Amino acid sequence: MQVIAKSRPVASPPKAAGHLVRDGAGLVLILAAGAAGYWLFPDNLALLTRVIAIALLVLSLDLLVGYCGVASLGQATLFGAGAYAAGMACLRGVTEPMTLIAIGAVAGACAGLVMGTIMLRAHGLAQLVLSIAIVQLAHEAANKASAYTGGSDGLAGFSPSPLFGTFEFDLWGRTAYLFGLGLLVLVFIALKFVVASPFGVLCRGIKEDPVRIRSMGAFVFPVLLKMFVISGAVAGMGGALAAISTQVVGLDSVSFELSANSLVMLVLGGLGSLYGALIGTVIFMGFEHVVSAINPFHWMTMVGALLIAVVLVAPGGLGGLVSRLRPRLRGRNGEQP
Amino acid sequence: MQTVFSIAIDAFAYGMALFIICIGLSLTMGLMRVINLAHGAFAMIAGYIASYAQRELGTGYAVAILLAILGTIAISIPLERLLYRRIYGSPQLTQVLMTIGITFCVIGITNFFFGPTLKTIPLPAALSTPVDLGFRTVAGHRLFVMACGVIVAGGLWFLIEKTAFGIKLRATVDNAGMADALGIKTQVVYAISFAIAMGLAAFGGVVAAEFLPIEPYYALRYMVTFLVVVSVGGAGSIPGALLACLVLGAIDTTGRYLMPDFGNFFFYAAVIAIVCVFPRGFLGRAQ
Amino acid sequence: MSELFRVEGLSKSFGGLAVSREIDLAMNAGDRLALIGPNGAGKTTFVNLVTGQLRPSSGRVVLNGEDVTGLGAVRRVRKGLVRTFQVTRLFSDLTPEEHVTLTVLQRLGRATRIIGRFRGDAEVSAEVESLLRTLGLLDVARRKVGEIAYGQQRLLEIAIALALKPKVLLLDEPAAGVPSTETPRIEQALEHLPPSLAVLMIEHDMDLVFRFARRVVVLAAGEIIFEGLPSDVAANEKVREAYLGNYAHARRVA
Repeated sequence: MQVIAKSRPVASPPKAAGHLVRDGAGLVLILAAGAAGYWLFPDNLALLTRVIAIALLVLSLDLLVGYCGVASLGQATLFGAGAYAAGMACLRGVTEPMTLIAIGAVAGACAGLVMGTIMLRAHGLAQLVLSIAIVQLAHEAANKASAYTGGSDGLAGFSPSPLFGTFEFDLWGRTAYLFGLGLLVLVFIALKFVVASPFGVLCRGIKEDPVRIRSMGAFVFPVLLKMFVISGAVAGMGGALAAISTQVVGLDSVSFELSANSLVMLVLGGLGSLYGALIGTVIFMGFEHVVSAINPFHWMTMVGALLIAVVLVAPGGLGGLVSRLRPRLRGRNGEQP
Repeated sequence: MQTVFSIAIDAFAYGMALFIICIGLSLTMGLMRVINLAHGAFAMIAGYIASYAQRELGTGYAVAILLAILGTIAISIPLERLLYRRIYGSPQLTQVLMTIGITFCVIGITNFFFGPTLKTIPLPAALSTPVDLGFRTVAGHRLFVMACGVIVAGGLWFLIEKTAFGIKLRATVDNAGMADALGIKTQVVYAISFAIAMGLAAFGGVVAAEFLPIEPYYALRYMVTFLVVVSVGGAGSIPGALLACLVLGAIDTTGRYLMPDFGNFFFYAAVIAIVCVFPRGFLGRAQ
Repeated sequence: MSELFRVEGLSKSFGGLAVSREIDLAMNAGDRLALIGPNGAGKTTFVNLVTGQLRPSSGRVVLNGEDVTGLGAVRRVRKGLVRTFQVTRLFSDLTPEEHVTLTVLQRLGRATRIIGRFRGDAEVSAEVESLLRTLGLLDVARRKVGEIAYGQQRLLEIAIALALKPKVLLLDEPAAGVPSTETPRIEQALEHLPPSLAVLMIEHDMDLVFRFARRVVVLAAGEIIFEGLPSDVAANEKVREAYLGNYAHARRVA
């Protein structure tokens, strides 16, 4: 610890090196947590796979809210687009899991393009309202187009072929879980590169002051739209993963409830770091699983109270609490000669 | 012709029912600049109280409405002091999250105490019988809701345009700092306006229960509807809210009559179109 | 010398209120022009009109012989018409180095790239470093902007503008709000601006104006009432009137 602290100011690009170390450690932690889940809860792998799928949705929302400052209460539109696209493709004979994920990503990206084009016409409250209206519209459309989506019964009766031709999607959900974990890690690494790219920094600038960005000679709309497409691809992959692992796509995957919950998870975990998205999802869904089994209304009261507490006490989310405590600890270490 | 007439009556009554609930939210959002997603939660509390009063305490409809309004306001005052006051002027995301949190808590707590069942609010005989208008009969309740809507709109217009409180209110909306400097107690104006908004939510929740039934997830189910209606009308504008309620009520009702399996499709399609054309709502002020 | 930039009959009114009236102004490469005027004269409105943040009611803005009136703010920046802000508009979460890097990357058309690291290019880094060194910001290059002194933030505004390699630079009160101990640094920076750049500076500090400007334009109630040498400003009757009250009269002169 102290060696790192000492060598930091000397190295010529200290920030980049620090980032690499931190992200490497973060990745190890994600893998360790994933492995722990596999060994500790072998009977709950279906739930854990669901957690991973939702984590992708929350990550995709973090790209918009945390990095671009675009608040959305309709993110499930993109998740649902991926889920239905993968389900429908699988039903029509495209059963290879990697291809299905790719189809989900493309569908989500297309949905993101449309949603971004509409939402970016407005600002503030109107933008939020548009996001809600879009997810509700998508919900009604999915319900109405029951010939393709199965309507309120859900889309079922499809089964993906074995992963890489060898690993069957077994009854215990082992394959699905490990597949999902691998996907999550790959997406996470890719997104870390995206947010560290010039594009990622530009987005952070837009979040703070779009007028400033324009006077630096950069267009705002195409940048945000690009992020919508990336976000859509990530959410779409989450939807496809959910479809592959449960082999059913319900109307709830394009719902306001799922959208609002994903925003709650993100804020609980903390905006704008990608880690917060993962932390928030795991905590939210873990508690939901335990508490709502006892009484769903206790669960609602608890989430509500937690949300109020986070807004009032820890605006950076639970993930932010950790990073707020860390420099304090480091500062104490540094003072010692 | 008959269909057209009954659609028109239903659409108008539904629009008025929406209006009574939403106008309170429009005041909160226009005046205090708080996106109160928990508005429906207060309407729900009122519904629970009214149902409890009538079914358990045996009071009449009118008394139940009164109890619901007073009870809801009583509950809302400490919430305004403890929670809402901290998010005046906060970023929208903060307000959205805080009020979603309040909504979840209200749903959880009310259902813990009153049980997760559909809460009926029986109508008095005078309102449940059809009324003969000479050329046509109309459900008495529909007429009652319309009358309530007109009274609420007129009353609010009078309050805001013709009373001393209205002057203070408008001054505070225009420039809170200046109003403060002129000796208007803006905190008090806010508190009273919030209470009025909650009272209207409560009144609307009970009166509109025939259209929007009081059930365990009421606050969540209609959270979006109310927010959308207010945004379409333009936050803070009474005529805007009225227009939005009537337009959206008409679209929704017509859609449900003619193409019932499309659900809310036309409602939200209209919302997207309207918001794209009028980003501040029909009659919203520039921000 | 060849004319680089010109506005013709630039007017803007909000409702019935005219905030800019028939402003005509031309600048050559290397010009050092100060735009002064009492509060509310329409100086910042003028900058907003020129840079495209506001649409003029009538008139033209010409850059390098090309009419740019119909272009948006972004396109004008890309053509070399760059401004700084009166109140610093920086990203409190980013460092000066990140600000300037982002700006340079944008100028090179690489700011929207998803592939590649933000600091991947040695050439860009060298340019950023030299800009930060010129403006004396190297020491704080990796601190968050929220943590550095206000004077340094103003210098960073100039650094960002220079990173765009402008042809015409509009400085909106570059020394406003800066404590007097830090103004020499800003003055120094202004003196070392590239010689071929046409600079228009809005400023209240007359000492700074006299040292910096070779030509002064006075704006009052939305119109130009004086244009000439700095040494002649103080003696001008209209300018005295505009500054010493009697705005009403100045308006009627039109």
